[in-house]
Amino acid sequence: MTKQVEQLDRVIIRFAGDSGDGMQLTGDRFTQETASFGNDLSTLPNFPAEIRAPAGTLPGVSSFQLHFADHDIMTPGDAPNVLVAMNPAALKANLEDLPHGATIIVNTDEFTKRNLAKVGYGSDPLGDGSLSEFKVSPVPLTSMTVKALEDFDISKKDAQRAKNMFALGLLSWMYNRPTEGTHGFLKSKFAGKPEILAANLAAFQAGWNFGETTEDFAVSYEVKPASLPSGTYRNITGNLAISYGLIAGSRLSGLPLFLGSYPITPASDILHELSKHKHFGIRTFQAEDEIAGVGAALGAAFGGSLGVTTTSGPGMVLKGETLGLAVMTELPLVVVDVQRAGPSTGMPTKTEQADLLLAMFGRNGESPIPVLAPQSPSDCFDIAIEATRIATKYRTPVIVLSDGYLANGSEPWRIPDTSTLPDLSVTFTTEPNGDDGAFLPYRRDPETLARPWAVPGTPGLEHRIGGIEKSDGTGNISYSPANHDLMVNSRQAKVDGIAQDIPELEVDDPTGDARVLVLGWGGTYGSIGAAVRRVRRAGGAVAQAHLRHLNPFPANLGEVLRSYDRVLVPEINLGQLALLLRGRFLVDVIGYTKVRGLPFKAEELAGVVQEVIDRAE
Amino acid sequence: MPSDNGFDAGAGPKGLKLVPRSDTQYKMKDFKSDQEVRWCPGCGDYAILAAFQGFLPELGVPRENIVIVSGIGCSSRFPYYLSTYGMHSIHGRAPAIATGLAASRPDLSVWVITGDGDGLSIGGNHLIHALRRNVNINVLLFNNRIYGLTKGQYSPTSEAGKITKSSPMGSLDSPFNPVSLALGAEAGFVARTVDSDRKHVTSVLRAAADYEGASFVEIYQNCPIFNDDAFEPLKDPAERDTRLLRMEHGEPLRVGADRGVVRGDYGELTVADIADVGEDRLVRHDVHRPDPGYAFALSRLDYPAFDHVPIGVFRDVARPTYDELMNEQIADAKADQGSGELSSLLHSGDTWTVN
Ligand SMILES: Cc1ncc(C[n+]2csc(CCOP(=O)(O)OP(=O)(O)O)c2C)c(N)n1
Ligand code: SF4
Ligand SMILES: [Mg+2]
Repeated sequence: MTKQVEQLDRVIIRFAGDSGDGMQLTGDRFTQETASFGNDLSTLPNFPAEIRAPAGTLPGVSSFQLHFADHDIMTPGDAPNVLVAMNPAALKANLEDLPHGATIIVNTDEFTKRNLAKVGYGSDPLGDGSLSEFKVSPVPLTSMTVKALEDFDISKKDAQRAKNMFALGLLSWMYNRPTEGTHGFLKSKFAGKPEILAANLAAFQAGWNFGETTEDFAVSYEVKPASLPSGTYRNITGNLAISYGLIAGSRLSGLPLFLGSYPITPASDILHELSKHKHFGIRTFQAEDEIAGVGAALGAAFGGSLGVTTTSGPGMVLKGETLGLAVMTELPLVVVDVQRAGPSTGMPTKTEQADLLLAMFGRNGESPIPVLAPQSPSDCFDIAIEATRIATKYRTPVIVLSDGYLANGSEPWRIPDTSTLPDLSVTFTTEPNGDDGAFLPYRRDPETLARPWAVPGTPGLEHRIGGIEKSDGTGNISYSPANHDLMVNSRQAKVDGIAQDIPELEVDDPTGDARVLVLGWGGTYGSIGAAVRRVRRAGGAVAQAHLRHLNPFPANLGEVLRSYDRVLVPEINLGQLALLLRGRFLVDVIGYTKVRGLPFKAEELAGVVQEVIDRAE
Repeated sequence: MPSDNGFDAGAGPKGLKLVPRSDTQYKMKDFKSDQEVRWCPGCGDYAILAAFQGFLPELGVPRENIVIVSGIGCSSRFPYYLSTYGMHSIHGRAPAIATGLAASRPDLSVWVITGDGDGLSIGGNHLIHALRRNVNINVLLFNNRIYGLTKGQYSPTSEAGKITKSSPMGSLDSPFNPVSLALGAEAGFVARTVDSDRKHVTSVLRAAADYEGASFVEIYQNCPIFNDDAFEPLKDPAERDTRLLRMEHGEPLRVGADRGVVRGDYGELTVADIADVGEDRLVRHDVHRPDPGYAFALSRLDYPAFDHVPIGVFRDVARPTYDELMNEQIADAKADQGSGELSSLLHSGDTWTVN
């Protein structure tokens, strides 16, 4: 039977199931297939912090949303066109996000009385007409998988567990995805278990065949590859991109990488990733806590390594005192804070941007630290290199504010030609710099205001550093009022001066006559960009700019702010950048904030932008 | 064969086998910095500093390859007074900072200077983990049983009931025994010495430097300002010989001429009159016993009241060191996969090409 193939320009699919159903893996595989097919894409994994909440309950639902298109896109999409619901909980938890007419593929085997009752369904939604506004495709996924695997010498449980591969096969057929990648993936994942491998391959194929043969699915869809700039691509998450960027930073600076870290969601994957690459000379140290993680990284930096520490909010707070020591000792250090919803433990797996003021000011005394924020998963690579550059050139800790959305979300990344990456090579001081042949560890470079980096093992430059105020030049302990004033101002001037060494803020204003500017920072770039596109398509004039450097700000920021009638600042916090902008530039920016643990929806933001435009008129 | 300096001829301290040897014949004065020493008159820290400066030439290591890392406290001012590399860090964190330094720089001789407050309250967690990992560092804990720098509050080694500014009716805390704690944290080298006995301090420093991995040395240190004479019974010429239990590997454990250490029924150690038990029952000291139980039992002899206080090396047992294991993994990974190549790393996994 030949089936009809319908062309689409974009699709948003959400896979949802119980935490134990393998939805993240299924989503990830579908993403890889989609990436290798050449679509542009963006993903949004969403999972509970509990490893296995009670099976079949609403808190246990884990989902993975993927937006893919034949053109370039900026977000994982607001509302799914297709929901794959592996059980009643997954249906119930996700239903409210579905637009009218969306397709729902449900695993009917799980719609038992007991499972329905568990999530408070009084009657079966598959039979009571409550889903009439959707296109529902009921599929007995579990039993069909078990049936397909009858002849395999595996337990019933293992057979049932392969149902996610059946679902993946079915969806892969529906959207004409290439399958070699998944075959290869399964082969390496189950290399030591030939029976399980064969079963998973068979379940995947059975899902595909089911789509092809059953009358229930009359149409399959095609989303043509996007026309992306030429080059070699891979799909990449923010955490992986940060890891690769740090390794690149180590290579480009010629410094061995030392990571001191303590596991914490959503930052742990950076520790996991870097631990895999010891052949790059990388040392990873899983410390007893975050204080020791940053302490060890600083100790390694004193010894001439690229010291790195990675964490999330609660760990960031613990590192504060050591960051102050790094400011005082003026040693390079890269600090990655993958922000999550706070305060306290907050919502570990949900995203937020509320550590900006912590990064800026969360230390005792005047303690300036450069702050950077990546704007997309792939930008995490460039930001990690930029952090290395600033840290080593200016001999300062640098804080990178990633977030849970960037960390776990993914997009295609054009792999850079490594020969085009900047040269960050570092020269340690090996000769005395004093007029009388003495070594002055706090004599600053007149241009960068950085102090010399002389590492232990260098003869003749023995010196002592520490957290007590330093005498300018000699670095000896000093309690002199004038010296303290000088040193506080010098440390600030050093960080402020970096503004001359970073790109100016670029504004995207295609018509050139916009009176409203939308200014964001970090992980909201995609949502703001998508919202701005919507507004422009509807005829609105709006300018967009996005900050990757938050301390210091780009040199032209004040001028940019003042050239618009209205400046809208959307943030996933209660207005932290807005506070900085008002304080710094006396510009009455308009904040728009939501802290739901999720990225902004483009549609919602577009409405806000339009409203500000309307009011400006 | 021990050479003049007490270390194996030529090779130097085993704990510093990856540190370059120096051709320079250093003198004590070569390790004095130009900074004025600012402890109170009579502070035990002076004696320890002098002993340490006098000992450093023995290491035979270039001055630039020695690093002193300290926390915060009177004792932690130590690095400023030495002409080596140094970091006076923050309260309690020196073991963590030194771990990063030592693990990434096996060519350095790294010394951690800490106090009873620095190392046992705020930094207790880092101390025990550095010891269990066996990072190649030497930890010298100056125990004056008081917070000196903050002007005299009780510390985790202060005796229960101690009257201080923060405990006018007596401290409610029971103290730590630092040696017992270190042993419980799996330390492979644990020793104790007393600030005023320079010869003994030097011998213990020598043994600590010779240990491959984390060595822990508790140094009884007098604070004449806030806790004067805390160790007086161990110093008073009339009393000290009946109280000090000088441990020597391979020798019977004696307290003065008439008493010695014997085993009790439950594995504990007790002090008895030799006349009652006989010379043969005295325990012969063995620093190399793999089970820490023996060293632990020894560490319990001094409590509660300094009746007989063991000094010297409690335990000296070889364990793999953290930095060597870490470097071995890197070498193995390179042997296995070749030295990392950035471009191929970036291209690993599923890629596709757009023309
Ligand atoms: C985070 C922090 N908390 C408290 C202090 C204050 N403080 C400095 S030293 C010290 C205690 C030092 O006691 P100890 O380690 O025994 O050193 P000593 O002065 O006795 O040599 C305290 C509480 C500090 N510097 N930093
Ligand atoms: S307060 Fe005590 S420990 Fe501190 S310097 Fe004075 S005597 Fe020494
Ligand atoms: Mg003390």
